[in-house]
This record gives sequence, C-alpha cells and structure tokens, in this order.
Amino acid sequence: METLLRGIRNNEPRAIARAITIVENNEHGSESILSSLDHKSVDASLVIGITGSPGVGKSTLTNALVSSLRSLGKRVGIIAVDPSSPLSGGALLGDRIRMMSHALDPDVVVRSMATRGRLGGLCSAAGAVVRVMASAGCSPVIIETVGVGQSEMDIVRLADITMMVMAPGLGDEIQAMKAGILEVADLLVVNKMDCRGAETLTMEMESVLREKDDALRRICQTKATDGYGVDRLIETIYELESLFRQKGEFMKRRQKSREIEVIERALEMLKPQLQETFRSEINKESNDPQKAAHELIARFYKKLSAEP
Amino acid sequence: MTKKITPYRVLIAKPGLDGHDRGAKFIARALRDDGFEVIYTGIRRTPEEIAAAAIQEDVSAIGLSSLSGAHLRLFPAVVEALKKAHCHDIPVLGGGVIPDEDKEELKKAGISQVFTPGTPLEEILEAFRSACRNHRAEQP
Ligand SMILES: Nc1nc2c(ncn2[C@@H]2O[C@H](COP(=O)(O)OP(=O)(O)OP(=O)(O)O)[C@@H](O)[C@H]2O)c(=O)[nH]1
Ligand SMILES: [Mg+2]
Repeated sequence: METLLRGIRNNEPRAIARAITIVENNEHGSESILSSLDHKSVDASLVIGITGSPGVGKSTLTNALVSSLRSLGKRVGIIAVDPSSPLSGGALLGDRIRMMSHALDPDVVVRSMATRGRLGGLCSAAGAVVRVMASAGCSPVIIETVGVGQSEMDIVRLADITMMVMAPGLGDEIQAMKAGILEVADLLVVNKMDCRGAETLTMEMESVLREKDDALRRICQTKATDGYGVDRLIETIYELESLFRQKGEFMKRRQKSREIEVIERALEMLKPQLQETFRSEINKESNDPQKAAHELIARFYKKLSAEP
Repeated sequence: MTKKITPYRVLIAKPGLDGHDRGAKFIARALRDDGFEVIYTGIRRTPEEIAAAAIQEDVSAIGLSSLSGAHLRLFPAVVEALKKAHCHDIPVLGGGVIPDEDKEELKKAGISQVFTPGTPLEEILEAFRSACRNHRAEQP
C-alpha cells in the first residue's frame, strides 16, 4: 500500500492506474488512497463533462481538445464511459481508438470505464476516479458519456461544466430535449460543421437558448476531425469556468455533487442491513410495499437505538 | 462491497500495418459477451502504444491479433515494451494467421498463449479467463 501511495505521488502511470481500479471497484485500500490525495489539486482542477448521442463525435472532439490543451501545457485526464451489456455484464470500450495519437504522452491519462449497471453508483465510482486523476495533476479532467440514460445524467452532475455535442442529421435536438439534457448543459457544441445541416442546427439551437433567455449558456461550432473551432471552444470553457467561479456557482455545484456522492455511498452501506432486516422481519408481514418500507425504516431505527 | 466479482479487463489490439481488424473485433465481441470489459484500440498501433494503453487501463491481459505475417517481430515487441515499463506481469496472448511452427518461438519470446486459425473460440475464451484469474490473484 505504501509503495502504491508513493507511486501515486510520483505520478507513476502504473500506480495511478492501479489506484483508479481500486477506487472504481471500492476495493480494500480505496479509503486510504482517497484520503491521501492532494485535495488542493482536486479543488483547483476543472472537470468537463462531454455528452451527446452515439456517433456525434465526442471522442474525436475529446482528442482534438486534448491536442490543444497539451499545446497550452495542460496535463489532461480523460474518463470515457460506455455502457455495459446488461446480458453478459461485459463491455466493449472503444473510445480510445480515437485518442491513440496521445497514447505515448505521459501527460494524457486515459481511462475507459463501463457503467456496470450501477444504478447511481456510477456517480461515486467515477467521482473517485476524477479525484485520483485531479490529484495526479490532471486539469482538466474530461468525462465522456453517451447522453441517453440516467447514469449519464448522473455523470453530468460530476462535471463543473457540461457540454452537449450534437451533429446534423442525427435528430439530436429532439433526443436532447426528451432527456432534459438541455436543461443542464452549459455549452452546446455543434460538431461536424463540414456536414450539411450544421448551420441550420446551430440556428435551431440558438433559438432554443433565446427562449430560455439564459445568458450563461453558450454555443460553439466545431469540426473535430481537423480541429476547427476547438481553440475557440477551449476559450469558451475557461470563460465559463471563471464566470462560475466568480458567481459562486462553481462551489455550489461541487457541493451538490459531493452531497449526491455522500448519500449514494451511505445508501450503499445501509443496503445490506436493510435487506437483512427486511428478510428476517418484514418479508412475511405486508403486501403493501410503501407500508412495508415505512415499517422497515421504523424497525431499523429501533434496532439502531437498541444497540449500545 | 458487492460479492459479485468485478469483470476482468482486457485490451485487444492490432499491431502493425495491415488494416484488417475483423479477427480482433470478433474476439473483442466474444470476450464482451463472455463478461469481459474489453478495451479496443483499433488498427495500426505500435507495440509501445499498446503497452502504454494497457498500463493506463490496468488490464489483466493483452490480446494481440496479426494477419500480416509480422507477428514474430510485433508480438515480442509488445512484451519488450511492457518489460521496459516494468509491467511484464501483464500476460500477452496472440492470435491470427500464425503457422504452427512459429508457436514455440513466440512462447519463448514471452507470449503466454498462441492461437491459430484452427483454435476453437471456447479455448480462446478460457485462455483469457485463466490468464486474468492468475494475474488478479498475483495483485497485492
Ligand atoms: N465529417 C465529420 N466527421 C466527424 C467529425 N467529428 C467526428 N466525425 C466522425 O464521426 C464518427 C464518430 O466519431 P466518434 O468520435 O467516435 O463519436 P462518439 O460521439 O465518440 O461516438 P460514441 O462514443 O460511439 O458515442 C467518426 O467516424 C468520426 O471520424 C467532424 O467534425 N466532421
Ligand atoms: Mg466515443
């Protein structure tokens, strides 16, 4: 354990990778790793969430962002989340394909992560991984997720700034509104500007934003394949960051996501005991789930106060 | 926290210049369907890139595919790159269009399992399972 902690402090790639596995799985040692992190770096780092429908170019855009961020001298962390197969529990994690041009750069830390059907639990797992990367000097840390399900929305909450990537011809606008992602995205990125319909899509999105009359939100246009618009996108991201920090929005979001993570972890810890109480005492008594839940909690409290 | 064992993580890579990744993708999907988390890195990767990615992803095994005939050079180069990074505990398995007579040489060079076109899928999956199981057991 000591060697691992020392390795993390020395930014050894293997040590960081091992630490990420341990905190992701909440394995033995996870707590000592998390408490040994450099909390100043964690507070200072910027967490960017990138979401959007499959194929809009999130990974390609991430790759382009990394190239520009590296030329600014930033050390970058990337967490690429893909869904696990509900049938086998396995996953095919392919986002790295588009990021291999940075494979030999020690200042680009990439990690692929599967959702593993963790309802909500993904948030605390990914949150821990973010902190390991941030502590290892990565800022920004970029989280890429496919923007469709609940777990992806959870990840949005982890980010200080969230961007929703769209591309013409994919019906994203409708998708986005259904998922309510427009409510939480700070930045709308219209990618594939070289493709037909990109200008129209941009105009549509501008009019959506105008309706909302939200001065904090931005639209950017990019062509991820050749990096067009990416420098402007980065400027916009940092502009938003400093705006959020000034307005206190930044800390508010961090506190909110901390709250979610703490509650998530606490619920996870309580679960086995609730299950046990349910199986031994409640199971046979009531058919009404709501009533049973009330009864379960009452019993659980009683048990707690009975303990010395 | 949960009793269920966490999925094994493996990296499937295609070193070298030929652009055919049907075999690699087939194995990647089969592994996923068997419950592995498979990191797929695409075609035309250098041995150094493959090793670096495997280390970052903290995988328990690497699977290499080669159809170009350059396996005798490329597979051992991945093992070398891992050695350089002091990470040669990660087992390397390889398959593709590989003549039987090359098997010994590859094994001598540190490739732990070699699959030829005739190897049944179940045997390949079992080789990955046991490589991962052993690797995980060795972790401190
Ligand atoms: N023409 C054009 N194609 C692009 C652009 N950006 C990305 N692409 C292509 O779009 C396809 C999908 O890109 P990815 O980066 O894999 O998309 P993604 O959103 O990460 O996809 P998932 O991870 O599968 O959800 C690839 O073939 C890219 O080359 C762009 O600006 N213009
Ligand atoms: Mg992607």
